[in-house]
Formats: sequence, C-alpha cells, structure tokens
Amino acid sequence: MTERPLTAMIDPAAGPPDCAAYGRAGGWRGARAALRDMTPDAVIDVVTRSTLRGRGGAGFGTGQKWSFVPKEPAATRRKYLIANADEMEPGTFKDRLLMEGNPLQLIEGMIVAGYAIQAGHGVIFLRGEYHVALDRLTRAIADARATGWLGADILGSGFGFDIHVHTSGGRYICGEETALLTALEGKRAQPRSKPPFPQVGGLWGAPSVVNNVETLCNVPHIVANGAEWFRALGLGPDGGTKLYGISGRVRRPGTWELPMGTPLREIIEQHAGGMRDGYALRALLPGGASTAFLDAGQVDVAMEYGAVEKAGSRLGTGQAILLDDRTCPIGMLHNLEHFFAQESCGWCTPCRDGLPWVERLLAAIEDGSGAPEDLDRLADHARLLGPMGRTFCAHAPGAMAPLASGLRLFRADFEAHIHQRGCPLRQAA
Amino acid sequence: MATIHIDGRPCPARPGENLLQACLEAGADLPYFCWHPELGSVGACRQCAVRQYSGPDDRTGRIVMACMTPATDGAILSIDDAEAREFRASVVEWLMTNHPHDCPVCAEGGECHLQDMTVMTGHAVRRYRFTKRTHRNQDLGPFVNHEMNRCIACYRCVRFYRDYAGGEDLAAFATHNDVYFGRHADGALENGFSGNLVEICPTGVFTDKPFSAVYSRKWDLRGAPSVCTHCAVGCNTIVNARQDSTRRVLNRYHDAVNRYFLCDRGRFGHGFTAAPSRLRAPLARIDGRPTPVPVQDALRRFQMMAQDGPVVGIGSSRASLESNFALRALAGPARFSTGMAEPEHGLARLVADLLRASPARNPTLHDMESADAVLILGENVTVTAPRAGLALRQAVRQAAFDIADAARIPRWMDAAVRTLGAEACSPLFVATPGPTDLDPIARATYRAAPDDIARLGFAIAHGIDPTAPDVPDLPEDAARLAADIAATLRAAARPLIVAGTQYGTAALPQAAAAIAAALAAHNSAAALSLILPDCDSMGLALMDGLSLDAVRALARDGGIGTLVVMENDLTRRLDPAALDALLAAVPHLVVIDHTATPLSARADLVLPSASFAECGGTLVSTEGRAQRFLQVLFPDPPLQAGWRWARDLAQAADPGTAPVWQDLDDIVAAIAAEIPSLAPIGRAAPDAAYRLDGARLRSEPPRISGRTAVRANISVRDRPPPAAPDTPLAPTMEGAYGPAIPGALVPYYQAPGWNSVQSLNRFQQEIGGPMRGGDAGVRLLDGARQDETPRPRSAYATAIPAPFVPRAGEILLLPEPRLFGTEELSTLSPPIAARVEAAALRIADDGGATPTIALRLNGQRVVLPVIRDPALPPGIALCPPHMALRAFAAPAWAIVQPHGDDTP
Repeated sequence: MTERPLTAMIDPAAGPPDCAAYGRAGGWRGARAALRDMTPDAVIDVVTRSTLRGRGGAGFGTGQKWSFVPKEPAATRRKYLIANADEMEPGTFKDRLLMEGNPLQLIEGMIVAGYAIQAGHGVIFLRGEYHVALDRLTRAIADARATGWLGADILGSGFGFDIHVHTSGGRYICGEETALLTALEGKRAQPRSKPPFPQVGGLWGAPSVVNNVETLCNVPHIVANGAEWFRALGLGPDGGTKLYGISGRVRRPGTWELPMGTPLREIIEQHAGGMRDGYALRALLPGGASTAFLDAGQVDVAMEYGAVEKAGSRLGTGQAILLDDRTCPIGMLHNLEHFFAQESCGWCTPCRDGLPWVERLLAAIEDGSGAPEDLDRLADHARLLGPMGRTFCAHAPGAMAPLASGLRLFRADFEAHIHQRGCPLRQAA
Repeated sequence: MATIHIDGRPCPARPGENLLQACLEAGADLPYFCWHPELGSVGACRQCAVRQYSGPDDRTGRIVMACMTPATDGAILSIDDAEAREFRASVVEWLMTNHPHDCPVCAEGGECHLQDMTVMTGHAVRRYRFTKRTHRNQDLGPFVNHEMNRCIACYRCVRFYRDYAGGEDLAAFATHNDVYFGRHADGALENGFSGNLVEICPTGVFTDKPFSAVYSRKWDLRGAPSVCTHCAVGCNTIVNARQDSTRRVLNRYHDAVNRYFLCDRGRFGHGFTAAPSRLRAPLARIDGRPTPVPVQDALRRFQMMAQDGPVVGIGSSRASLESNFALRALAGPARFSTGMAEPEHGLARLVADLLRASPARNPTLHDMESADAVLILGENVTVTAPRAGLALRQAVRQAAFDIADAARIPRWMDAAVRTLGAEACSPLFVATPGPTDLDPIARATYRAAPDDIARLGFAIAHGIDPTAPDVPDLPEDAARLAADIAATLRAAARPLIVAGTQYGTAALPQAAAAIAAALAAHNSAAALSLILPDCDSMGLALMDGLSLDAVRALARDGGIGTLVVMENDLTRRLDPAALDALLAAVPHLVVIDHTATPLSARADLVLPSASFAECGGTLVSTEGRAQRFLQVLFPDPPLQAGWRWARDLAQAADPGTAPVWQDLDDIVAAIAAEIPSLAPIGRAAPDAAYRLDGARLRSEPPRISGRTAVRANISVRDRPPPAAPDTPLAPTMEGAYGPAIPGALVPYYQAPGWNSVQSLNRFQQEIGGPMRGGDAGVRLLDGARQDETPRPRSAYATAIPAPFVPRAGEILLLPEPRLFGTEELSTLSPPIAARVEAAALRIADDGGATPTIALRLNGQRVVLPVIRDPALPPGIALCPPHMALRAFAAPAWAIVQPHGDDTP
C-alpha cells in the first residue's frame, strides 16, 4: 500500500479529528518542526526542493511562489495567506473531501505557509455552497484557537497567526487568484492585471499568497518528512501524491489519493471500476472543464503535469470528466460553454461577448438550427480567444480548450447535427 | 525620446508612456475604448491589439494590448498586421452583438467614438444572428440620459464616476454580457461631476439630457470657445449653439486648468441664456411701469439723467473685464465700484495682494493634482470651486504613485496602481466648520469656527517657522493637530495650502499665506491657492474700485446723480434696508443686465446686455489667469455686450470725451494700456484679425448632410451669417480648421476618422500635454517659480483672531454655498433648478428636536428647516447664501427666536 498522507486521517464514518486526536494521529508535526526549529526561509527552501506544484490547476511551484513575498517579519508588515477553497471547477470535488475530512490539516498547512511567508493573517475563501466544510472549518478553527494553535505567539515562537473563513458569493472567476482578492475586498469579482503580483501587492495592496487547499495540505507533511520523502512519493518527475477524481458513467465515480503520475487507465479501471456496462469511453477532460479533451486512445497517459501537457491537454485539478459513447458531445460542449459564458465576469470584450455567441451557436447546432458556417464561427472563436493574452485572464482560453479539441475530435458529430438538423442520438431515441 | 517602429516607420515616443499613447501621438489610427488619457489603462476592451516583435530578428511576434504595454526604446510593432487587424475587427463585432444599431435616433450619432472605431476596424457585416439582450433604462435625474442597450461595457463610466470623482451611486452590476451600469434604483446621480459621463461614454448610453430636448447633430451646431461663468476657477468650455439659442456646453481641454472635466454647474448652467427672465429690449419707467423703448429713446433718457449729478458705476464680479472697464470709463475711476460689499471687496483685494507677494507658487489646477500634502484651511472647495475640488481629490493619489514608481509600475497602469495603493493616501487635511465632500479621503478633519480654523493655521505656520507669530491659548488637541500638520507639510515635496473667502474672514487667507510663506523658505515647490467666489472676482480685484459701502456713503452725502449698475443684482449684495436707503438717495438708477432681477425691476432704465454666449470678453480666474470667451450667438439689436452699452451711454452723456471703441480688440487694448496689472490680457487669445492659412476659422463642422436641417428644402442655412467683428471665428462652416489651431480658438474637436470629442488627442502636442496651437489664456499673477531666486518673504500677518466664543441666544450664521442653488445664474437654468434643494440650516446638536429654527437677522425674521450635526462646533450655523436670506453672503450674528415669537 502506497503512502496517502493527505487522506490518511480521513474517516467518513468517524468525522474529522479534533486537535487532540489530530495530534495523536501524527498531526502538528509539520507546524512544530517549522515554528520551533526552522527559519521561514528554511521552510520555503524545503518546500521548493520538494517540487510541490500548485494543485489548483496552474501547477506553479509553491516554494517559488512564496519566495517572491517581501521578507519582513509578520509583526512589522501586514501580509496575507489565503487558502483558495472556492472549488468551482465542474467535476472537481477534491478540496471538499480534504476540508470536510480533515480541516485541521488545512489549518496546519496554513500555519506553516503563513510562517514561511511571515503572514499574520490567514483567510480561507470558501465556496459558498460548502456548508459542511464551513461548519467543520469553523469548529476546527475554534478548536485550534482554544488549544493555542492559532492566535498570538504560537508555540512560543513569537509568530502569531489567525484564520478568517470567507464564504464566496458564488462566481467561478473567484477561483482565479486575483479575482478572489478583489472579491475579498468586497468589490466585483474581476481579475487584476499583473504586475503587481499578489505576492507584492495583493489583498488591500498588501503582500499576499493564494494557495489551493490541496497544495496547503501537502505542506505540513513536506516539512515533517522532508523534501526527498515527498519527491519519492511521485512516480515521475513531479513529487507527492495527488487527489484524482473520475466522474461520468463509470462504476464507482469518486476521488482517490494516488501517487503523482499514476496512469489515467489505472485510475479509471482500478479505482473507478471501469465504464458501466453498455458504455464505452469516448473522450475525457483530464483535469476539469477548462482542459482540452483527450480521446479514448490516450488513456495511458501518466497523470502528471508534463505528460498530460504533452498529450495536448492540462493536468488541471486532476479530476477527470469522462464522455461516453451514448452521450452527445455537442450537448456536453454546449453545457460546458453555457457554464463558461455565464461565469464570464464581464470585464473584457472577447470573453464577455464571445462566449455567449459560442454558447448560442452550440445551442443552435444541438437543436437543429445550425448552419455549416457556424463551425467556422466556432473555430474563429477558438482561434481568437484560445491563446493567452488576447483576453484579460485565463477564463476564455480555458473555455476554448474543450471547444477547440472538441471541434477536432467530434467533427463528424457536428456535421451530422447540422445535416440532420438535430442531435442524431436524440433522433435515434 | 525613445524611438518605436510602427509598421516600419520610426516614431518618437516618450519613455514610460504606453504603446497606445505612442501610436496616437504618432498620428496612427489605433482604435480603443476603455483607455482614457486621464483615467489610464485597464485592458478591459481589448480593442487596441497590435503585434509586437521582441527584436529585428523576431518574425512571429505576439499580439499585445497596446494600452497595457510600455513603449520602450526600439520597440517594434505592427498595427497593420493581419492577425491584429482581424482581432480588432472581431472585438467590434463582439461589441456589436448586443449594440442596438440605433444610430439614426441616437443623440451620439455623428460624434460617436463607437461609430468611429467601428469604421476604423472595418467591421461592416453582421454575422451574429441571434437575439440581443435588452436592459431597462433608469431615470438618472435632469442631467444625463440613460440608454443601457447601447452599452459596450468599457467601464469608463464607473472608473470616472467612482475612482476619479469619488461618486458612489453609479456602479457595474451583474456579469457576463448582462453587465449593467447604473444606480441601485432610479434617481438623480449624486456626484457633482456626473455630466462628464456624457463625454466619457464612448457611445450613447449617457447623453446630455437638456441637450436632447433641443437636439441638433454635431454638424449642425456652431461652436465657440468659452469660459465658464459659474465660479472663479475659469474652466474652458465649448459652447454649442444653433439658431438663437445655446444648446450645450462641452469641456474644452486646457492642460493646466480643467483638462478633461467640468462640474455639473458649469456644464448645465448655461440655460439661463434662454430663461424667461432674459431682457431683450430697453425698458424705461413710464408712469411707474417698465415700458419697452427704442434704443435712441433710452440713450436720450440717460443723457437727461446724467445732467442731474455725478454718474457712479457699479461693476460686477460676474461681468467681463470689458464691461467693468467700460463702466469705469463712463463713471470715471474714482466713481467706479467693484460691486462688492465688505467683507468681499476687501477680501478680493487681499487675495490678489497675497498671491502677488507670496514667495510660494501660485498653482494651476493641474499642479494641485500633484501636490503630495494638502491643507484646506476654511473653504468648502468642492462647492465654491468644484473643479478645484476634483483636482484635490487626485492629489491624495501621490502616495499610491510613489509605491507604483518603486514597484516600477507605470502610473498609467491604473488598476495596478490602485491595487498597490489601496490603502495609501497622501495627506489631506480639511479644516472647515462643516462637512465637505473631501472628508472621506482626508487624513484628518478639524471642525471649528472660522476664527479657530485661522488660529490653527497660524499655529501651523509657527510650527514650521518659529519666527511666525505664536498662537496663545490654543487648545491641546488643536495644538497637537497643528504640530502634526506642520510636520507633514514640512516633510512633503510639494505641499499645497488652499484657502478662500467663503467665510468672509481675512484671517483665513492670511493664515494660509503665512503657512505657505513659512514653507517656501525651505521648499520652492510650496504652493498657495486662494479661492474667490465669482468668474471675474479677480479681474475686479486687479482693476480695483470703490466698495459698495463706499458707494452707500457717497449716496448718503448726495454725491450720486445716476447709478449705473452693470450685471449686478444688488439685492444679493445689500440687505433690504441698506438697498432701500441707497436707492432712496439716488435720483436715477440704470441697470444693464442680460437677465431681469429684483434690482432691474426698480430701475428707471434697463438696458439688455448680451450673455456670455452672445458676446466676447475676458475673465480673470482665481489663479489670475485672463481668459477670453468668444461669441457663439449673434442676437439681433438692441441686445449687445455690456461694454457697448456703457460706451453708448458715455457717448450719449458727452460725445466729446467718450471712448470710441468699435470692437472687442479696441477695448481690450484700452484696458491693457490703462491698467498695468491687466496689461497682458491682449495675449489671452488671438485677436479678431487672426487668420489660419489666410482664412478665418470656421465655427461649424463641414455640414455632412443638409437633411437634418428643418427647412432643408428651402435652405440648409439657419440664417444669413452675421458680421462678427469681435471674433476670429467665422460664424459658418466656411473657414480654416486643423489640429494646430490655438487652444483659445477651438470651436469643436474633429479630425479625419475621429468625429467624437476623443479627437482631442489629435490637437495635443502629446497626450495630456499642451495644445499644439498653444494653451489659452495668460497668467497675470504668476506665483514664484521653482527656477527663480526665492522671493523675500513678506512680513507675517500678526492679527491673529481671538478664539471663537459662542453667544447666548445668538448664533453665528456662516455662508455655506451649494453646488446648485446659491450661484446666481446657473440657478436660472432649468436642469440646475431641478436639483436645487430647499434651504436648511446646519447647526450643532443643540439637544432640540424642532424641525425648524426661527432667526432674526438685520430686522428680517426667517424660519428655516434645521439639520443637527453633532460634528459641528456649537454657536455657529451653516446657511446657504442668497436662498432664504437673499442678501446673506457673509458671517453675521443672528438672534435665535423661540417659535411663534413674532415680536420685532
């Protein structure tokens, strides 16, 4: 049995551990090691050497991200550490598992990360619908305050840290770190231009680091067990374990902690139990709605950043959505683009007005009123909105990833819809 | 200068500016929406995409947004690149998916930035075949129309309204292509600069509501450069007119003064020119009733009056230098009054003297924007000089700019600078009796009676320079604040002190001047700005004359045969008893005015003068800048400029010695020759002989189509072009025009491909810099300059007022003007009148609960609604001048009367 540090303490039947139980089961080792024995720079160093990369989707080196924060003690400069718990990527539910199953692990991760960047203030930006997680985080924070793990002078280290939980009003764009900061300030959730990067000028202009929940949960284990231990957990170049998930018509949809780089086929067949009877895998989005489709022939790809990219997509959140052979790919695309169009923040023109056009074109094709030139318009949008830098943030490029790959993979389906004036699957049914 | 290469053409660029600015300055046509020269870049619209290459060997390059990319030396970019062009056309195509294409019925049509940019990108064929989203519009009050379906979501409106002007009741709502810019509910836009939305909006979402009621296409409007007459700041405007009426006021860029923005009083106050109270014929009192008479009859009557004793002329701070000067010539310098009563008369002179003698700089509005520490000493600037208040609002951003500079983020990167400086505000101290709009961004406010504010000011001066007189018995909290302010101003690189005459207290401008002088000893950038009330207050202060009090004394002694009052409603200056006594002692009263007033109703002879739109003239702003306004309307006789009436009266009285000025340039030359302090005014604008390419300048755009003229089947000309001896502008579309026309002569902005006000970019030497053809106006009171040897500091004023002591049973009424309702002429404009709120008195919380308070002042009893403000010091009351008490304009003790007590 491979090591599963992130989920080891999660027991759905027993509920999350309290501070004492968490400590008995091996928790707080990372925080103790960091605050008692390490300098902030030493913590950044071990995390950098561990090769931990952001688990929210972008895969940026965590230690590197922290290293950009101005090095001043928390006592003399206001800084923020923010846990991005706004898990709104369609098909993704890994952070929820971590927060509901073991909220103290996130809190410990935030204490260590806060110590590393010398931020005295922690914020958990939580998806508004995560009521159970809110309840458990709130209790865990109270518990941690009561036992001295949060507040002034933790472990006599002189470092003080506390955590505020903010529940999101509910926009997908809040998952984008700069839009998250803007929303936290009480403004419209719109991304910001960089520079300034949040590490220099983030929340209310103060240096801020935004890390994904899963990323932060890895931190105490790295500090407690060392960079080499963490690197060895992965099967390939990327260290650690990863929460992988499968949704779609498989026998056992779910999420599992597995070594980074586990082949997709193994996740689908061994952990999700393979496709349900009567369904064949047609294509899949490997890491959430904003990653490009891989086709059924690419399931041997190792689920790690480089390999998935090489296959033409992105690891993203590592939570795959499977398309089977009895579901209309155009309908699926329409569903996705409806989501993206609706969730455009409205700031920049191509995204705000381009995505709704894409959505309506797909709706027209799906309901039988599509025209051959509609495919050109869709391709235009994929081409014009796809590259980074055309739009203000990565929302539209993310929306174009499934569209561009879908236009290539499902060309015949598109043409059939247009020529038969409707969805062949629905017409057959 | 850096060099950038645009499609192979080397072009100069200023290091640090962005590529969009550089392209526009190079004369390139690069479309944009969200960028605004004064608001900076945010990268929202994605319209200014160009391809940038990393070097000469880079063959692929990448698409960048020009507005978000710094122009570095050697930068290589292509506007003409096929992919960049396709992307720009696509952006317009996306914007057009929901735009209603209602140009034929849109007030913006013909001067619409969206139209221009659409044509520029080449997007012509609509491929979006689905339905458009629609919005409900809101009633935003009397100034601005709202038509949200036209919105292209460039976010300029909220960036101006909220970020720049500090408004809170306009916001972006909803998301994706449902984004909605409006208020939380219908209602008048509260911010005093809301009218700028009309020019900020690149299409027809926000349009000028009063203008839409008298609408004409841009190409059917005549324009003339003008100067706002509704306060002393001297904002430059363009007045548009057609047929016999003014139609709207637009901003006219002056890089040192108002730049891109006007206040709502200035933009919507011009309606008084068409008010029912306009005077259009001479009126003589016949059988006790004002009766229209021919001009010759009127002049004959004056000839008779002039034989009954000396003529005394009363000028006006709302009349031009020319009209005042002509009246002065008629009456003689010794019998000319500034038309101001004490204390205003003395204060205007004091302000001129202080500015002349101050070793500190006399800042322009643009200078004020970059002050890094500001003290406002007893003046509610956002109402007495609204545009200056907007400039001060920008000053607090200096700290954010410093942070951005340190982070190497260009200042035009607006959102980034605001993010970094989110909690950084340069120091602004507001010391006023009552609340002001600038309080929320102030580091500290100090609420006290004017005398106590002056004491604070003197204490600050003493804190900076111990040789300045000390203030005895200053309360501990005030002393602490004074020390803090002194230290802050001393530490600042560009400190600015602002004061004025609002509270009728000489000690306030004196204290401000003392602080500025103390600072100037160490810091040549220290600046002093003093604010006067009216558009020509400074001109009169420089011209000088008797106070109204001196005129009253003269009348009492029987020294006045005829009183000639030029455009001055004395019922606003003298309380009823004083005015009655004055008029009773004067055999004849002649009033020259464009508008009937309670005073003109009592005149023996009334002569109708031209409003600012119907004549040319010169005004001197509070910073001492002489500026020319030019004629845009050509009314039929007998309407004529006030100075022509004064000239004609002089000729009627004594043809032998009367001046013979024929046109504006004659009298301007006469003023310059006679009054040394006004000698430079001839340079305020080119004279009527100015020619460009051998021709007069046209004042109308080339008429694109005659179809919008109502009588086009008969003639596309509204009326035959009249003679126009006072202006170098031809009153027609025939004439010269181009980007190099002098700033003082801009009748409208237009450039090939650019039909909206955004074409201003083509008229500037650089974006946000001076006009290519030279800036308008001439400074008469140049303050100390940084490059000159320090001026000697004049002696500090030593008359430090005693602490304010409240009186039992009395209350000190202080004039607290309003943006709308207390300025005389704008209040006659219907949209402004619609925004006037009833007079109310603001007092300290006296523990009372009555909704009104009864006062007795100079024998008049008045009952006013009362607002109790716990922050107000006890013993004073803030009262809007000229409203409930028409003549009230200076501090006065009023007796507080119990309700129901009507005993005199």
